[in-house]
Amino acid sequence: MNKILFKQQLSSDVYLMRLYAPLIAEERQAGQFIILQVDEDYGERIPLTIADANTDEGSITIIFQVVGKTTKQLSLLNEGDDIKALVGPLGKPTHIENFGTVVCVGGGIGVAPLHPIAQSLKAAGNKVIIIIGARNKDLLILENEMKNIADEFIVCTDDGSYGRKALVTEPLKEICERDPKPNMVIAIGPPIMMKFCSETTRPYGVFTQVSLNTIMVDGTGMCGGCRVNVGKEVKFVCVDGPEFDGHLVDFDNMMKRLNSYKQIEREKHLCFLEKEIEAKEAR
Amino acid sequence: MHYHSPEELQEQARQLIAEYVTKVDDLKTKDRMKIPPQEMPAQNPEERIHNLDEVAIGYTFEQARIEALRCLQCVKKNCVDDCPVKIDIPRFINHLVHGDLEQAASVIKEASLLPAICGRVCPQETQCQSNCTVGKALKDVDKSVAIGRLERFVADWERTTGKISIPEIKQSTSKKVAVVGSGPAGLVVAADCRREGHHVTVFEAFHKLGGVLRYGIPEFRLPNDIIDKEIQTLEAMGVEFKTNFVVGKTRKLKDLMEKDEYDAVFIGVGAGLPIFMGIEGENLIGVFSANEYLTRANLMRAFDKEHADTPIYPSKKVAVLGGGNVAMDAARMAKRLGAENVYVVYRRTEKEMPARKEEVAHAKEEGIEFLFLQNAKRIIGDEEGKVKQIECLRYELGEPDSSGRRRPIEIKGSEFLIDVDTVIVAIGNGSNPLLTQSTPGLELNKWGNIIVDENQKTSLDKVYAGGDIVLGAATVILAMGEGRRAAAAINKMLAEEIEKEKALVN
Repeated sequence: MNKILFKQQLSSDVYLMRLYAPLIAEERQAGQFIILQVDEDYGERIPLTIADANTDEGSITIIFQVVGKTTKQLSLLNEGDDIKALVGPLGKPTHIENFGTVVCVGGGIGVAPLHPIAQSLKAAGNKVIIIIGARNKDLLILENEMKNIADEFIVCTDDGSYGRKALVTEPLKEICERDPKPNMVIAIGPPIMMKFCSETTRPYGVFTQVSLNTIMVDGTGMCGGCRVNVGKEVKFVCVDGPEFDGHLVDFDNMMKRLNSYKQIEREKHLCFLEKEIEAKEAR
Repeated sequence: MHYHSPEELQEQARQLIAEYVTKVDDLKTKDRMKIPPQEMPAQNPEERIHNLDEVAIGYTFEQARIEALRCLQCVKKNCVDDCPVKIDIPRFINHLVHGDLEQAASVIKEASLLPAICGRVCPQETQCQSNCTVGKALKDVDKSVAIGRLERFVADWERTTGKISIPEIKQSTSKKVAVVGSGPAGLVVAADCRREGHHVTVFEAFHKLGGVLRYGIPEFRLPNDIIDKEIQTLEAMGVEFKTNFVVGKTRKLKDLMEKDEYDAVFIGVGAGLPIFMGIEGENLIGVFSANEYLTRANLMRAFDKEHADTPIYPSKKVAVLGGGNVAMDAARMAKRLGAENVYVVYRRTEKEMPARKEEVAHAKEEGIEFLFLQNAKRIIGDEEGKVKQIECLRYELGEPDSSGRRRPIEIKGSEFLIDVDTVIVAIGNGSNPLLTQSTPGLELNKWGNIIVDENQKTSLDKVYAGGDIVLGAATVILAMGEGRRAAAAINKMLAEEIEKEKALVN
């Protein structure tokens, strides 16, 4: 069940895995996600975007960054190991059509979910401008894959260690100032990046779609933990999203909610690390 | 009510048994009416708020027999009329009076598949015990024969003595039944269809089986090993279970029928879409749906803070909004997770509360504070976006509304504040759209519930539905009743198909 067919380390703490999940591979569309658990009894359920799928192999690709205990445990699994619980595809697929010119902005690990969307947009006949960014060169992922899709391609790093030394909002602003301006922007990355991309495009009136990754338990609409304010409405990211109009999303509230368990998790994570160190010393 | 220890209660029962054991069959109505109702033994409240073990311990054999002797064996069986699955209550009680537990169990099993669960979670005071002659005569529904406790006693005896029999399965047919959802409705359909020899697959979205019995109802009210036992019985019968499978997402319902060749589908996915109040501050940190709070604590085992990876919010002062069983469960769980003050805020009075009486009594014993005729108006946060206070309004009761309950009317200008760090919203569930949205042609009412006929059949051919996705949020026993009806209709339809196929071959 859910065997890891392939594992690759993309950067210091980012991994790519292909998982055997033929039913999900068959059904999934760009923009959708899965929820997985490393341990069925005590493990946490975490949502991860499906980066790619291969129906011949019956596999889906996930790309994840080690940020907490579950992603750490996941990164320690190897080819041939099983993921204990894997459910999906969840969420609404990205709406794809020929919009004209679309700017795809990916930040950090957000480039992973952006990849299948950019691919589909290109296939639908759009002119696809891609901006990818990361804190530094080491954290850039899928550069070649994205470059191959792009009609125009821009790489930025915060520290200038590669490409242009800039935040992704800088080139995004320049593109919005062009005549004609782009028809649409899709921004996926850390919440703060999506917030500022939305703020950048707002004065130009360019529709900006963001993909949210909030706290979830079931991922099927049952718990409501993932709720966000979108305009005057409360939406559930798992069933109404994960994609929303960035100009309507209340990012400040979302970012606060994302920190609900920060303190507990920090304590737990330290505890987990201490145990690991103890175990290593014991060996 | 003063707490009596299990030992005290057992001693009383022993004395009564000694008095009555020789005249079991000679008791007059008058004598029976004099027998004191047997209290349910329970864990000491001071201890139980620190553990997840079951609160109600269950009758001893002596207590059960004494309670059973209170039954008048009426000719007109009000209790049976008021039981959603029509268990022959006086008959099983009579077997119990005579100490024949095996017979008592088999009488219950004729009508109910999951008595250990129903005995624990049914709202007996509004069903079988509501018109009990004993309770009527004593002018107190609380003094009705404790049918639910007797049912539980018999079911527990059967389970713990390993006397559970695997129901007989008819010869295998070529027919396949898909059951969507492994909650109470789905489990009943699985059992009833499998008994007829059909191949049955149950699809569950979560990684564990049982639906609301698992994620919703806490361990202290319904232990997981009881659910496990029921599922093991179904597995032994040959029912196949598929977890981590969301019908409508992992596979469309249409594909199950057309590609995977299921001959019938039962949809029992439950309600599963939490309703919020729509008030200011509901997205602050520390506001949860009861679904989320309970799922974290129960299914994800966040109660076991040392082992579980799923965190639960560290609460000291909790307000639970609502007055149903889910509200009681959430309040009592919060207490067990370490909250010092837990308030249940309900806009009507105790009399209108939909929760089981026993749960309300247990909650009170555990120190849960009830704020009746009050309701939250807004939730106030601090500078970090965390819950700090709720602002409430006082209410008074007006004329009865469409539900027959007196309508609460707010008292203008009665606002006041309560300091809390956590708010749990337990005001009900809407219908989850995941399956219904991806299934064209499935007719829904304006609330998104699936419309069915008297046989639980939906607008789609060979597709049946039951439980909360049809009823809106209801009870375990009503879901089981619907499952039973649906299974009968599915079995009838499949039998007719098999007949037709045979006729064609000949």
